[in-house]
Amino acid sequence: MSPPRASLVDTKGWIMLAAIAAACIAVPVFNLAVPEGSALHLPTYLVSLFGKYLAFALLAVALDLVWGYCGILSLGHGAFFGLGGYAMGMYLMRQIGPRGVYGNPILPDFMVFLNYKELPWYWLGFDWFPFAALMVLAVPGLLGFLFGWLAFRSRVTGVYLSIITQALTYALMLAFFRNDMGLGGNNGLTDFKDILGFPVQAQGVRVALFLATALALALGYLVARLMTVTAYGKILIAVRDAESRTRFLGYRPEHFKTLAFTVSAMMAGVAGALYVPQVGIINPGEFAPTNSIEAVIWVAVGGRGTLVGAALGAVLVNYAKTVLTGALPDAWLFGLGALFVLVTLFMPKGIVGTLVEHFGSRRAAAKLPPAPEIAPKLAEEGRG
Amino acid sequence: MSEAAVLERPIAPSGSHAPDMRLTSALLYLDDVQVTFDGYRALRGLSLTLDKGEMRAIIGPNGAGKTTMMDCITGKTRPDTGRIVFDGIVDLTKLDEPAIADLGIGRKFQKPTVFESHTVADNILLALKGPRAAFASLFGWRNRVEAEKIERLLTKVGLIEHRSRPAADLSHGQKQWLEIGMLLAQDPKLLLVDEPVAGMTDHETAETATLLREIAKDHAVVVIEHDMHFVRALQCRVSCLHEGSVLAEGSIDVVSADPKVVEVYLGR
Ligand SMILES: Nc1ncnc2c1ncn2[C@@H]1O[C@H](COP(=O)(O)OP(=O)(O)OP(=O)(O)O)[C@@H](O)[C@H]1O
Ligand SMILES: [Mg+2]
Repeated sequence: MSPPRASLVDTKGWIMLAAIAAACIAVPVFNLAVPEGSALHLPTYLVSLFGKYLAFALLAVALDLVWGYCGILSLGHGAFFGLGGYAMGMYLMRQIGPRGVYGNPILPDFMVFLNYKELPWYWLGFDWFPFAALMVLAVPGLLGFLFGWLAFRSRVTGVYLSIITQALTYALMLAFFRNDMGLGGNNGLTDFKDILGFPVQAQGVRVALFLATALALALGYLVARLMTVTAYGKILIAVRDAESRTRFLGYRPEHFKTLAFTVSAMMAGVAGALYVPQVGIINPGEFAPTNSIEAVIWVAVGGRGTLVGAALGAVLVNYAKTVLTGALPDAWLFGLGALFVLVTLFMPKGIVGTLVEHFGSRRAAAKLPPAPEIAPKLAEEGRG
Repeated sequence: MSEAAVLERPIAPSGSHAPDMRLTSALLYLDDVQVTFDGYRALRGLSLTLDKGEMRAIIGPNGAGKTTMMDCITGKTRPDTGRIVFDGIVDLTKLDEPAIADLGIGRKFQKPTVFESHTVADNILLALKGPRAAFASLFGWRNRVEAEKIERLLTKVGLIEHRSRPAADLSHGQKQWLEIGMLLAQDPKLLLVDEPVAGMTDHETAETATLLREIAKDHAVVVIEHDMHFVRALQCRVSCLHEGSVLAEGSIDVVSADPKVVEVYLGR
């Protein structure tokens, strides 16, 4: 008898996909079909709020792929999210056309204001959606690839790696704050009008954006699963736990890590691109180091190394954030910090990791990669 | 394999003691290897020759440099001077660990090092000889290995009952066996085995000796061990290392009767 192969979608994965599917039916029904006066009507602003949660969930899945399965505690995933968001924002800016305050058919308002005479070269092509969509993947992917290639080849690991990822997003924040970046400076990109020819504020478009985000989350989850249940994923986990040992088997851990990091960066970019039309703005604040750290907390709360937990953690923590910042605006950061401490102390495997331990049969538990502790494990040198 | 690692000229014998035929046909040839750690000379002109298909036992006191020698062969430590020639043409001191593993050199570590969060069977799966590129492992061959192939190896090292357990749950001795199983799965030309029987019972030690002798029928093997009963059971040539170079070499009877060996190692 052969040991059972891990399937692409496991039990908790099916639960998540079913929940996403249910949301994809419920949200359009309660928003579009139930009339506005009814108590059951879902207001459109909530549709976009839920869409935002799902975009964060996709970012969390991307982060869990590298943190949970590869041991790379990235404190800079907000950088990839932000770059994807800017790529989408640039497309949306070009869709404004002559409807800006200054009425310039080519130049966005902020460029007219800053006396730009023509569009900077890197804005070319962004009026065409397929090109913008490609950039949503390519820009974060390329940065992730270059960063990973340099860092992993030099065998930078652990805390040092985390610090450089943090520096990366901080550097991008400072760069994007500058007006001469040609990307709107500290105001960022906003006042969007159309997406693919439809008004971005319209109710139906809001629902469509929600559905697109839900679909992207499901696809992102499947890609992450594919990368973790295959032999590739097993090697990734082996690299996470005993990197130097894999080298003596003939593997090149830097290649494995770079591939995972690149895919993860692209996923984060897609999340950012879906986030921007739903919140209506992208500015350099998205690169703030605290954003990336918040994403790490979502994953820790939901359960590192479970993918589903990462998505759940993102939704729950952001829901809590919405509620708490509404009630007590100053208390949120304290609440977040307390949550992180409590989870680290009392639920080191996060919500999903703990549930799996409780309800999963021994057999199912043995198939899972064990949920590692939250503290990043420094690469262990297998000194013979 | 990088071009730089391939030697330009065939190896000429450096010492007068070795007949030249043997040097060119040797599988592994260490020539005057020196390693210094923060001023401490761990290897001091170590020279050693291993023939194709040969099994060799390495003995010597703690700190003699036995493990450091394996570190140099496998690319973990770069020697200060000296050459390490594999298969007569490749200078291993110019290559890194994956490239050396790729040439067909496998290693079992002194402290057993397995992938703890993977099952026993998956440890073997990851070790199996085959393409190891990242993309290949995503969709390729390693995803379609028949279970029987892994199970045959696990039966050989006596771990078939444990195939679905996480490797972390194995005892020290079982981890040693698993690592030997991983070596077998790699099917290298040369196996470097560092202290395989530490933590094993006498019975298990005897079984390990039998297994290694069987492996040695079609592989070259270097075994480091302190257990002299075990070394005797291997029935092979023995080299005794001391202070970073070879003190004595020959059959177990010759080496263990050598007064220098008795003084620095066996007599303590
Ligand atoms: N990476 C290192 N850094 C500093 N010193 C080292 C390193 N590796 C080995 N040494 C030193 O080199 C010497 C030889 O060590 P080595 O591990 O090769 O001995 P050994 O013969 O394998 O001993 P044992 O039988 O105890 O395993 C020791 O004094 C050791 O402390
Ligand atoms: Mg040793």
